[in-house]
Amino acid sequence: MQLNIKYFGRIAEITNCNEETFEFSKATISKLLELLFAKYPELKTKDFQVAQNQEIVSLETMVSGEDLALLPPFSGG
Amino acid sequence: MSRYNRHIILSDVGQQGQDKLSRAKVLVVGAGGLGCPVLQYLAAAGIGTLGIIDFDDVDISNLQRQILFGTESLGTNKALAAKGRLEDLNPTIKIEAITNRLTFKNALSLFQNYDIIVDGTDNFATRYLINDAAIKCNKPIVYGAIYKFEGQVSVFNYNNGPSYRCLFPIPPKEGSVANCSEVGVLGVLPGIIGTMMANEVIKIILEFDHVLSGKLLCYNSRTADISTLKVNRNQSEFDNVLDYEKLTDVYENESCEVSIKDISEEELSTINNIQFIDVREPHEQPKLEMKNCIEIPLGELEGNLNLLDTDKAQVVFCQSGIRSKRAAELLMKEGFNNTFSFKGSVLAIIESQKIKTR
Repeated sequence: MQLNIKYFGRIAEITNCNEETFEFSKATISKLLELLFAKYPELKTKDFQVAQNQEIVSLETMVSGEDLALLPPFSGG
Repeated sequence: MSRYNRHIILSDVGQQGQDKLSRAKVLVVGAGGLGCPVLQYLAAAGIGTLGIIDFDDVDISNLQRQILFGTESLGTNKALAAKGRLEDLNPTIKIEAITNRLTFKNALSLFQNYDIIVDGTDNFATRYLINDAAIKCNKPIVYGAIYKFEGQVSVFNYNNGPSYRCLFPIPPKEGSVANCSEVGVLGVLPGIIGTMMANEVIKIILEFDHVLSGKLLCYNSRTADISTLKVNRNQSEFDNVLDYEKLTDVYENESCEVSIKDISEEELSTINNIQFIDVREPHEQPKLEMKNCIEIPLGELEGNLNLLDTDKAQVVFCQSGIRSKRAAELLMKEGFNNTFSFKGSVLAIIESQKIKTR
């Protein structure tokens, strides 16, 4: 299935884009992250949460939706 | 009252709504880029009691975005400077300025006095402290945070909604996520995010529907994209913080009692035998041309103490002076008593141009 992944904050700086599409077979979010880590090794060292279909989900969740987002915490104020 | 006429004639607010606003007590933690617009709109709206806590002083680099301050406020404590400006804006409300740092020790007694806590701080340690203390006191938090051109807004601990820890359960390592003073921020961004935060405060007080609880609003000022992501409540993140006293390691940076010695460029000549330590990441520019300088990023300092010469005075610097304070704190705790944090760090050096950069 085709996934659309959005990147926020520092994550978007590492991937050098705000979003991209990925071809992915049915598996967990953490499997998907392994693919992303292979493409962007620096991501491995970063803290972030994953949202699927506009909802924050755990890494054990199956990838089922088309929209994903990688969301780092911001500290600035 | 003519001051609030535009509220009173607004359906769904009216005199009743205005009375709710004037009975409300709101504490704003941090009078910086986010705190300033929050305070400005809440004071103008007639929030009856506004608390402002900030230990920092107004610096000229704040004026690009911290709109309550002017040239006359330079060097003044931010909470006091904000109070002065807001008393002119609305002399009919009560404004309480607290010039201390928010700590694990004073947070609970302070939060008890207010209905809503606004998180406009600039570091993770205080954000987790606010989350945990607000849960202990059962107060809702209006949260905002920014990074370069992006901002996040949400409401936590409201009507059985999630908390900050439900969104980000694990506190990031200090220094792993840069803040505004280190990577910069477009001045208008905290204005936008802070104004959204003030809006949520007012919605809570007026008991409106659709308070931004259980959702994280993400705004990108370059693309004008807004994403709203659902955040679920995780009860264990509430149960865990009831043991508030056990969580102090997260707020370590705030509750530390070690006093850090600052040293300015002029004062350097008064010390013999200095070892400079650059605690920035390897990619950070510019590099400084100075003798006796070693580069150890903050995250690796603790594991590399053997590289330091105990007979020398340690002068630590980073880009803006935030990480150097942490590094100095760590060294002091490890027994390097003759340690100094270089005031203003590289940014001050660039300005004075006395030390060469490459």
